[in-house]
Amino acid sequence: MKRRIIPCLDVKDGKVVKGVHFENLEVAGDPVENASFYSKEGADELVFLDISATIEGRRTMANVVREVASVVFIPLTVGGGISDVKGIEEILQAGADKIGINTAAVRNPELVGEAAKKFGSQCVVVAIDAKKTGDGRWEVYIESGKTPTGRDAVEWAGEVESLGAGEILLTSIDRDGTQEGYDVDVTRAVSEKTGIPVIASGGAGTLDHLYDVLTDGKASAVLLASVLHFRKFSIGEIKKYLAGKNIPVTD
Amino acid sequence: MVGIVNYGAGNLYSVRMAIKNCGYESCLITGRGDAGEPDVLVLPGVGAFGDGMQNLRAGGLDVKIRKFIECGKPFLGICLGLQLLFPRSEESACGGLGILEGSVIRLPDTGDIDIPHMGWNEVDWIDEPGLFCGGIPRDACFYFAHSYHAAPEDRNVVAATTLYGRSFPSVLHYRNVTAVQFHPEKSGRHGLRFLHNFLEGAC
Repeated sequence: MKRRIIPCLDVKDGKVVKGVHFENLEVAGDPVENASFYSKEGADELVFLDISATIEGRRTMANVVREVASVVFIPLTVGGGISDVKGIEEILQAGADKIGINTAAVRNPELVGEAAKKFGSQCVVVAIDAKKTGDGRWEVYIESGKTPTGRDAVEWAGEVESLGAGEILLTSIDRDGTQEGYDVDVTRAVSEKTGIPVIASGGAGTLDHLYDVLTDGKASAVLLASVLHFRKFSIGEIKKYLAGKNIPVTD
Repeated sequence: MVGIVNYGAGNLYSVRMAIKNCGYESCLITGRGDAGEPDVLVLPGVGAFGDGMQNLRAGGLDVKIRKFIECGKPFLGICLGLQLLFPRSEESACGGLGILEGSVIRLPDTGDIDIPHMGWNEVDWIDEPGLFCGGIPRDACFYFAHSYHAAPEDRNVVAATTLYGRSFPSVLHYRNVTAVQFHPEKSGRHGLRFLHNFLEGAC
C-alpha cells in the first residue's frame, strides 16, 4: 500500500488563501489552478479546508469543489464548517469524495454514524485536533483549536472508528505551523488504537519529518501545507526521497 | 452516448467529468423517461450495498441494468457498481443484481491492515497487457476506497487482482461486462487513460 502525500489548501470565500508561492510571486488564490498544480506535481489526494466565516462563503465552497472536480481527477476531501447530513450531501454531490468533520463530530457524534450509513465509511473523515497535556496524553480541541473538550484524543479516535469513520485526519495543535516535525507519538498512539488509516498533520518542516511519521508514527498519509505552498520542497522531491528510503509511494 | 446510472450513490459528478475529459458525452439514467438508449452503461457508486440496491430497485433501475447487459452492449461497474453485480454481500441482507455468480465478502480483519482499503495500490493483471491498459505502465497505481470485495465463483472472470491483506479480484471481465473495484475517475492520469481505452472500445 502506497503512503499518500496530501497537500492541504485553505479556502476562504471561494479563494485559496496561503496558496502556492512561486519564488516571490504569490499565485492568485484560484482553487482550480492550485489543485491542478499539485495534481500535476503528483499529489495523491487533495484536502480543502473551508475557513469561511460566513454562510455565503460556505455556499461558495460547493462551487469551488465543482470547478476543481471538473478538471482534477484525484480524491478530494473537504472539511470546515460541515455540521449536518444535508451539508455533507451538498459537498459530495459537487464532486468531493470525502468530507472532514471535526467540531460537529464532537458536538453530535451520531452525525458520524449517520453519514457513514448514508454515504459509506470511506467518505467520512473525522478530523481530530490534539493538544499535548502530559506524558502520553493529548486532549481534543474543537472550533479551530480554540476550545478544549476534556476528551482524550486517542480514546476519541477509537470512538469515531466504532461510530463508522473511515479515516482520521490527526493534527497536532502544538506542532501546526512550526515546521518542527509531526507529533510522532500522538500519531503512533492513534494509529495503534485504530484500524483505519491515519493522516498525520501539523509540523512538517523537513523530509526526515515525513519519514519519521510514516515509519515510527505508523501514519498512512501525510498532510502538507506551508512547506509545499512556499516551495520548500516539491511533491516530486518528497516521493524521490521516500522511495529512496524504501517507503512505498506512487510514481 | 454513455449512460450513467443515477441512483443516489455518490460521485456521479466526477464520473461525468472524467468521461467528458475522455471526449465522450454522457447522460444520467434514472428510473423515469430516459433520453434514448445509451451505447454504454456505467454503474458507478460509493457507499453501502444494501442502500445502493434498494435505490436501484426503487427506481426500477435493476431491471433496466439487466436488460441492458442482456442485449450485449458494453457495461462498466465501478466500486460499489462492481459489488452490486453479485447476488449477495456480507455487508447486507439485501440481495444484489445477481449478474455474476459468487458473493461479496469483507476484507480480512487480520489487524495488520487498515480497513477501509483506502488509497493507491497496484493491479496485477492475469494476462499481459492488461485489459484497457494501452499506454498505462505495468506498475501503475489506482485509487481504492472499499471494505468489501468480490469473490466470484468462476475464477475465469477475474482479469486482475490486488494485494491487500490478501489477494482479491480487483478487475472482473465477463462477456460485455467489465467491473473495477478501483475508481478510474479518481486515479489521475492512469485512471483517465483506462476509462478512455474502455470507452474507445465501447463507443
